[in-house]
Amino acid sequence: MRLRGVLPRLTAPNACWSCGAPVPTAEPFCPTCKSVQPPGQADHFSRLGFARTYDLDPKLIERRYFELQRKLHPDRFATRTPKERQLSQAQATSLNEAYETLMDPLRRAVYLLRLSGIEVGGDGKTVADPALLMEAMEMREALAEARSSSEVDQVVARARSEADAVRSTLSTHFSAGDLKSARTDTLRLTYLDKLIEDARARRLNVA
Amino acid sequence: MTLLQLHEPGETPLPHEGEQELAVGIDLGTTNSVVAISSSGKPEVLRDADGSGLVPSVVAYTSDGPVVGAAAQARIVDAPETVVSSVKRLMGRGSADVKALAGTLPYALDAAEGGMVRLKVGNRRLTPVEVSAEILRAVKAQAEQHLGRDVTRAVVTVPAYFDDAARLATKDAAKLAGLEVLRLVNEPTAAALAYGLDKEAEGIYAVYDLGGGTFDISILRLEKGVFQVLATGGDAALGGDDFDHAIAEHWLADRKSELGSEPITPGEAKQTLKSARAAKEALTAREAGDFPVMLRGKTTLHRLTRAKLDELIRPWIEKTVGICRQVASDARLDLSEINGVVLVGGSTRVPQVRQAVETLFGKPPLSDIDPDEVVALGAALQAEALTQGSDTLLLDVLPLSLGLETMGGLVEKVIDRNTPIPVAKAQEFTTYQDGQAAMLIHVVQGERETVAECRSLARFVLAGIPPMVAGAARVRVTFQVDADGLLTVSAEEKTSGVQQRVEVKPSYGLSEDEMARMLEESLEHGRADMQRRLLIENQVEGRRVLLALETALKTDSGLLDAGEGERIEEARRKLAQAIEGDDRDRIKAAVEALEDTARPFAERRMDRAIRAGLAGHSIDEFKGDPGGCLAPDPEEKT
Repeated sequence: MRLRGVLPRLTAPNACWSCGAPVPTAEPFCPTCKSVQPPGQADHFSRLGFARTYDLDPKLIERRYFELQRKLHPDRFATRTPKERQLSQAQATSLNEAYETLMDPLRRAVYLLRLSGIEVGGDGKTVADPALLMEAMEMREALAEARSSSEVDQVVARARSEADAVRSTLSTHFSAGDLKSARTDTLRLTYLDKLIEDARARRLNVA
Repeated sequence: MTLLQLHEPGETPLPHEGEQELAVGIDLGTTNSVVAISSSGKPEVLRDADGSGLVPSVVAYTSDGPVVGAAAQARIVDAPETVVSSVKRLMGRGSADVKALAGTLPYALDAAEGGMVRLKVGNRRLTPVEVSAEILRAVKAQAEQHLGRDVTRAVVTVPAYFDDAARLATKDAAKLAGLEVLRLVNEPTAAALAYGLDKEAEGIYAVYDLGGGTFDISILRLEKGVFQVLATGGDAALGGDDFDHAIAEHWLADRKSELGSEPITPGEAKQTLKSARAAKEALTAREAGDFPVMLRGKTTLHRLTRAKLDELIRPWIEKTVGICRQVASDARLDLSEINGVVLVGGSTRVPQVRQAVETLFGKPPLSDIDPDEVVALGAALQAEALTQGSDTLLLDVLPLSLGLETMGGLVEKVIDRNTPIPVAKAQEFTTYQDGQAAMLIHVVQGERETVAECRSLARFVLAGIPPMVAGAARVRVTFQVDADGLLTVSAEEKTSGVQQRVEVKPSYGLSEDEMARMLEESLEHGRADMQRRLLIENQVEGRRVLLALETALKTDSGLLDAGEGERIEEARRKLAQAIEGDDRDRIKAAVEALEDTARPFAERRMDRAIRAGLAGHSIDEFKGDPGGCLAPDPEEKT
């Protein structure tokens, strides 16, 4: 009897806004009355039903995202009360953010490090590591000198294959729990992605 | 009501169930507007009595009030100064924006005040929102006439590339017309929906939508009921109207010598444009033709060949091709990775446009659904999905980046274009002067780096910041975009908790007062609407009775007494005539007269139906409940 007041709070800190029954964290609907719930503070991984890991299958991320949007998108609530419409919009917003973060390997790595209390820093424009700096400058120069779309493509191809390589070592570092190396690789991926992005814009101009 | 009883439950000619759930799809176009409705996944365009589904998006302001559609178009010749067309190009635009269009629009603009642009039509000054509301009222009436009941909810389509101001203007126009917008759907997405592309194997499709005044290209990924927009782009001021202008200018150059320096009148401009449009349309099927131009009271014929037309419109087509490449690049796709391309919009009938699309994507485009109607059909499907429930999922993106003005007139982007919506993002800013007590927040939309080159959406002031040294305040500005692509901005000073929330409205939108005044005016229309609705209800009731009678006669004309058939026929004819007119009382009287005349016949049918019901049963089966299940419901008799 003593536990009566305590137990629900341990298992479910949130009460349903509609019926007052407990709702587990990251659960989009009240298990009792089926009302849509606020998105709450769940992290992007648990929102889409994943453990905190770098290695995610993009097809699976997409599948879970579509499944949840099918239930939570504002279009499903077009004829419901303003309160439910507002909650569904908040849910769909959180889902989009989770989807965008997890789908992109770089954003996923940055987010994973942040969850472990490590800020990657760097914006792809400035590079502090001397070895990285040399590599970055060399590629920037090659891009600046490219005069035709095929020359731009060559730079992109090189940057892409390096980015692929970085993504696979990133995976190794994350699974080994080597967050320091993961941070270095993430920085490297930041500038490679930025370079590929700039090359994309440049390709449209030379084409 | 006797005749109605002749129908089995569920067989009445008009469905009653779900009346509250009814919602239509409306394509509010630059040139034409279309309304459609869908039931059980089958969308259908609601046409007028002549079978036309296109309502020209033209409004004439006559002394008897506004006239919309073909009737308004017909007045271009006699009273061009009262006629407004292509108003969609002005939605959400400010006076400054349209200076660039000055001279190309066939009506006068009032550039005197800031904010939303005003049109000068006779002695009225009208906003594009009011003119669009007039078109929507007409389209709504057409739907009501067709469906025989009130229509108050709709899915309305907008170009994917419409910015926040233009989307809001469209929603306001619908509100003025008495329509609740369930959702603003992007035109290319609606087209993909109408094609049912998601039912094919999963793939990536481009929708190339060239209308009268807007160009849109969207790239979508489709997979089992999911329409995921990957990237979108376009030009909100590029369309078939530009082709017409190019042709008209070409002809005017021919007659330049006699025109001298005096500008042509709006009336002459409208007529020349009309002829140019006719020429453009004619050259879809022909290689050349001669077309009339009337100026200074003199008509001359001008030759136009397909080759010349191609040359005149090439710059615009090339512009669309450039935008397509950009959007494919935004979606991180090679053009060759696109599985198919769909054509939407009347201007895609121009052969050179088709050719350019085919060359660009390397495959023949899909165009089997009428490009003028496909968007409305898709909107109707979505209207049904929203009201009846569905598994279809439309995942849209923000078409243009949203940002804030920072020091030196630069733009700090808060949400990038092509971000999936709904979305919310926050950014922190700080003060640049010691003791700064307020901060101007200027919200802009666009891709350029400077405020001057982006669209201004709204300005507001966050006041009441407590005195602090420069850089100490933490102002957190949150942008929230809903599934319609509409933005709400809120700002909060974190150290003191000073909070402000604005619906982005001002720069080019209508103020609350203006909206209130317009809604009040629309109530006057409302009374007329009410009369019309009552008439429609009577007409529907009359048709229902006629249909019931027809069905009864088809099966049971053998039950008619001598001369009874003629009497019923006479009453039937009177009712049919009354329905064609607009006298409610006459229709009511005719319905009653027909029901009275046909009552004996109806009763004989009823008797026979009862006997048929008993046939094959032993009378013993009904013992203990004498006639209980057979007696006519007394409620129904009244």
